[in-house]
This record gives sequence, C-alpha cells and structure tokens, in this order.
Amino acid sequence: MTNKHTLSVLVENKPGVLARVSGLFSRRSFNIDSLAVGETENPDVSRITIVVNADSSPLEQVTKQLNKLVNVLKIVELDPSQSVQRELLLVKVRADRAQRSQVLETVELFRARVIDVAPDTLTIEATGNPDKLDALLRDLEPYGIKEMVQSGLVAIGRGSRSITTGPALRAA
Amino acid sequence: MEVVFGIPGGTILPAYDPLFDSSVRHILVRHEQGAGHAATGYAQATGKVGVCMATSGPGATNLVTAIADAYMDSVPIVAITGQVSRPSIGTDAFQEADIQGITLPITKHNFLVQTPEELPRIMAEAFHLALTGRPGPVLVDIPKDVQQQQTIFSWPPTLDLPGYRPTLHPHGKQIREAARLIAQARRPVLYVGGGVLKAGATDGLRKLAELTGMPVVTTLMALGSFPDSHPQHLGMPGMHGTVPAVYALQKADLLVTLGARFDDRVTGKLDSFAPDAKVVHADIDPAEIGKNRHADVPIVGDARHVIDELIAAVSHTSGGVEQYPSWWAALNDLRERYPLGYDEPTDGTLAPQYVIERISALVGPDAIYCAGVGQHQMWASQFIQFEKPGSWLNSGGAGTMGYAVPAAMGAKVGRPETEVWAIDGDGCFQMTNQELATCALEGIPVKIAVINNGNLGMVRQWQTLFYEGRYSNTELGTHKHRIPDFVKLAEALGCIGLRCESKDDVDKIIKQAMEINDAPVVIDFTVGKDAMVWPMVAAGTSNDEIMFARDVRPTFEEDDL
Repeated sequence: MTNKHTLSVLVENKPGVLARVSGLFSRRSFNIDSLAVGETENPDVSRITIVVNADSSPLEQVTKQLNKLVNVLKIVELDPSQSVQRELLLVKVRADRAQRSQVLETVELFRARVIDVAPDTLTIEATGNPDKLDALLRDLEPYGIKEMVQSGLVAIGRGSRSITTGPALRAA
Repeated sequence: MEVVFGIPGGTILPAYDPLFDSSVRHILVRHEQGAGHAATGYAQATGKVGVCMATSGPGATNLVTAIADAYMDSVPIVAITGQVSRPSIGTDAFQEADIQGITLPITKHNFLVQTPEELPRIMAEAFHLALTGRPGPVLVDIPKDVQQQQTIFSWPPTLDLPGYRPTLHPHGKQIREAARLIAQARRPVLYVGGGVLKAGATDGLRKLAELTGMPVVTTLMALGSFPDSHPQHLGMPGMHGTVPAVYALQKADLLVTLGARFDDRVTGKLDSFAPDAKVVHADIDPAEIGKNRHADVPIVGDARHVIDELIAAVSHTSGGVEQYPSWWAALNDLRERYPLGYDEPTDGTLAPQYVIERISALVGPDAIYCAGVGQHQMWASQFIQFEKPGSWLNSGGAGTMGYAVPAAMGAKVGRPETEVWAIDGDGCFQMTNQELATCALEGIPVKIAVINNGNLGMVRQWQTLFYEGRYSNTELGTHKHRIPDFVKLAEALGCIGLRCESKDDVDKIIKQAMEINDAPVVIDFTVGKDAMVWPMVAAGTSNDEIMFARDVRPTFEEDDL
C-alpha cells in the first residue's frame, strides 16, 4: 500500500490521448492499479487520475515519460492526506427477507445508499476512499455478493488552490 | 522542405498529383523502408528534417522499421502516410492499417488528420516537433478524402502545442554544481553522446575539453563530434570500444555526460559500471536523466547551451591536461599497450579491417561514411578516422540491418558535393540494395563497399565465442556459391560493380571507385570470414571484463591511480 501514488494528469481532450497514456504505462512496464478519466471545467482539457504502484525512482521515470507526451499538459501527485480521494462502488447483495434488515444496517453504517430492490437482492451504491469501500465489502460478503462494479479512483486537492494554478510534478 | 522520398499508392494519390509539377523533388524509392532510411540519412547529413511518404496499409507499415530506427537515434523525420477515407476508417477497408496506433510507441508524436482545415497547422506542428527539443520522427496520417477536399490555406499557421515546452537553457545552480565537481575531480571523463552533434555543439566541446584537460570518449552516435586525432580523445566506449575509453569510464571519479544516455552497449552490466564515479548528466530529455544511472548533478538543457555555460563556469579553475598527471599517465600507458588493431589473417584472406582502414586513408575525413549493422559497422567505427561532425551515419540504437544503402542515398541527396561511402555487410546489403536502382536513375552516385565475408558476421562471431562454433544459419552463400554475385547485381541495378579479393588490389580499386562520379559504385570486398571485432565486452558482463582479443585480458596498473 505504501508504494501507491495518485497522479492527476491533465491532458488535451483529443482522440487517442488515453491510448497514449495507457500505452506508455504498459510499454515501460509500469502497472496501473486504477484509472479514471473525464472532462474538466475546461472542455479542452481532460483529467486522468492514475493510481500506480511504484517505488520513487520508477515513479519519477514514468512521470518524466508522461511529461514527454505532447498531449500531456500537467502532472500532479496528490498526497492522500492533502486530497480527497473517492471511488464509486455498485454492489448487488443477496438479501432475502430474513437478512434484509441486517444489510440495511450495514448500508446505514457506511452511509451508502440502496438504489435498487428485488425480492432477494439489494443493490447498493457507495462512495468513499478505497479503504472504506473495502471495509464495506468485507461486511457485505457474508450475505453473498452477486455482482459488483467499481470505478477508478478520482481525487482532488484540498484547499482553495486548483490543480491548474499549483505546482506541477516535475522531477529534474 | 526540398526533397521527399516515397512511393505512391491508392490513398496518397491526391497528394502525389500536385507533386507532378511541384518544385519539391520527389525521389521514387523501391521500398518504403528505403524512403524512411533515406529521410533519416538526409536529416543526419544536413541537420534538416527528412521527409518520407507512403500510401496506407502495407505502404505505411513498411515505413515502421525506419521510423523505429529514427526514434531510437533521435533523428528528425516526418513521415506522411495516406489513410483510407474517413467513413471507411475502422471497417478493415482495403489497405487499411491503424498506422497511428502502430507507430504510437516509436514516434515522438503522430497525427491522424481529421479535417482539411487542420492540415496546415498539423504539418507545421509535425516539422516543429521533429526538429526541436530532442529530435525524433513524427508521422502524419492523412485520410484520402481529406486530401481531396478544399480549404482556405493560410501560412504560417499558429501552432497549438500547449503541452510541448522543451527546456533548452540549463539551470544556473546545476551548472555551478557541475563546475564544482569538475574542479574537485582527479579522474574526470567527458562522456559524449549524439546529443552534442545534434545540438551543433562540437566547437564548444573542444573548447571545454581543452580548457579542463579532461579525457574524452565519444559514443557510437557521437563519432566525429571530437576529432579522433585529438590527443585527449580516447576513442569509443562500450561493447567494442577501445580499452582506454572503457577503462577511463570504469576508473573515473567523475563522468561529465553530455547528450548521452547510458545505453547498455556503453555501460555493460549496469551495477558495475563506473563504480567510483559521480555523475553530471546533461541531456535535453529529462527522462534520460536518472533512467539508467543516478545523476548526482542533473542538467536539463540543449548541449550547446550546457557546454557554453560550463565553459564560463570552469574557465577560472581549469588548468588543462597538466592538472591530472597520474590520470593521464595511466591512460596514455593503456593507449600504448592496447591500441586498436587486428591480426593479419593467416589463411591468406583479405582482412576486413585493412579494407576499411584504406578507405578511410584514401577517401579522407571530409566524406560521409555510412554503415549498416554488425561487424563491418564496428570496424568502420574503429578504423575510420573521424575528424568532423556529420561524417558518420549509422543505426546505433535500433541496430537496423539494411540501413546503409538508403541512408547513404539520403545523405548524398542532402549533400551532393560530399563524397558518400556506405560501408555495408553482405547480409545488410541484401536487405535494401534495391535502392541502388533509385540511385542509378536519380543520379545519386554513392559508393558502397560491401565487406563480404559470406556470413552474418557478428552473429557468427557470437556463435564462435558463446555457442561452441555451432554456426546455425549464419552462412549466406555469397562466398561459397557467389549468390548473389554482387558485381553482376550492381550492374543489373545500373551501377558500376567492382570486386577486390586481395590486399594488393585494395588501394587501386578504392581509387578507381573514387574516380567514378556519374554512377553509383558497388565494390565487393571479398574478405575472410573468421575476422572478429575486438576489443569486446560480452553482453551482460561488466566493462571490467573487457577482452582485448580472444583470451587476452588487459592488465591495469591500479597503483598508478
């Protein structure tokens, strides 16, 4: 866990940019733990949040290689303590009449939400940092998880400064 | 842009039509790989962007090797490819290939043009990207229907590259820190790579070297950046480098690395490379710094600016070669004991090294020399006397067999007044010699010296040394069966074909070739197959284990240091 780094990569919103970024990771033998991409407040700019598992020296190398991509505008590493990090989880849990109230209690406890109800299942939506979602899943597991889907992590720095005005990650 | 190397085809036809009466010279090659290497040779010889052009599908994929080659050696070329019309993209249409996807890992950047309006801007960006910063190949893929549409043309367009900001000027603090390390060093070495040639920084390099008195080693990509005849030049480091150059790096207490990238062929086994050295590493590409070897002083910048600022920073502390008496004594001792050389073959065959030595002696340092990949390339790097920048073209990083003939063609087109010699192997030559037809028809009188040992010589050398002489698939039959007969082949391709089989004829035949300037010349130098390239650091071993010749390990007098 200690080697995980969250990179926020601002890129030009152009076709094929995601392939350039993800291709670079596989080509240079770096593993991506999680990846999420979407538009930003500026429609010409997309933001890719990448969680990588790497020591500091390979991380520096991958950052430099990313910076070389012509469509990459800026890279910032988000420290978990200085940023808000969230994933979205949708999970379908076995919950017949006998179990339902216990499942709902867990949902309540994790401030998750029930978004679909069927006679024998509940579908639950939860957001949070990866640790919280892991804990929720651990609690739900005994009831029987029929299906789950998880988004990549998105993250944003705390405080008033925005990523576009703050310093970039640019190791010499 | 003055010259394009290419071959037309279905989806690039609309671009070829205006070329019919254009002032741009188009050279019709015989294979797209030839177009790519010719563009590379042109770029390396002139410092300008080389341009190649091909149709979609196989035309484009045939460029791939040449693009990968240019990428590894940071050569500025622009490849223009036709693509199927926009509505057909993604349908597996006839001659469709996703060349943008294919070349993603081997281009500095690439474009698929979406509308005719953006074409002028993209072309301008392509040339800008190719030539600036760390140079490299850029591919522009243009769908046929985009080529056929009309748009309002305005020039120059505004470049839109917000994410592209190469750092040219080094940080003053890092320069001062480098100067401090240089002042403290007792065994420094200037480790010079191809970046110095690309930056046009060779005058500065010489000044810096003479000012500081540091020994200089020049990598395969940097030959010609510092005169071979200069007393401070120890030669090329690396797998087939000179003993003094390899030793200097291993024993150095400071490497001043300029535009080089600690390639595995230079470092040998990385964790035993230059174990006592602090490293100053200057490169225009920040990703090269610290990639293979930790840099104590990282300097991001163009080699010319870096060298100029280093000169200013060290000028008051430096005292020339006299300040390192024991270091130079040790290096000079090695130079005396382990000079580059070769044994005269005992079986009466012609020594390949002798042929190359004589070409260098007779043709001189003003010519451009171009090599393929293998033994002949290493001998050329060792036995040609390089004195000037831009006199040596080869495929260094990619190691592309077949590079020499088309690259020589491109170089000759770029510098028609300069004599261009390709030193090629019989294996390499058979990969791309069809471009001699292009040379013959287009009036490009290159000289091709085929160092014909009848084998894939470098592979054979490794089989001799590491596979108990089991020569699996390295015999080409160019000796035994004389297939092909290179003299007849040359003539069939519209060139003059000459053959040389004995030492006594070498000078005469080289001179004969030099006198022919109205046609390309191919010389079949039939040489012995057992000659080997020495010195050698076997792949994956430490530079400390360099062999001067087979079973001959150099001895170093450690006490001198």
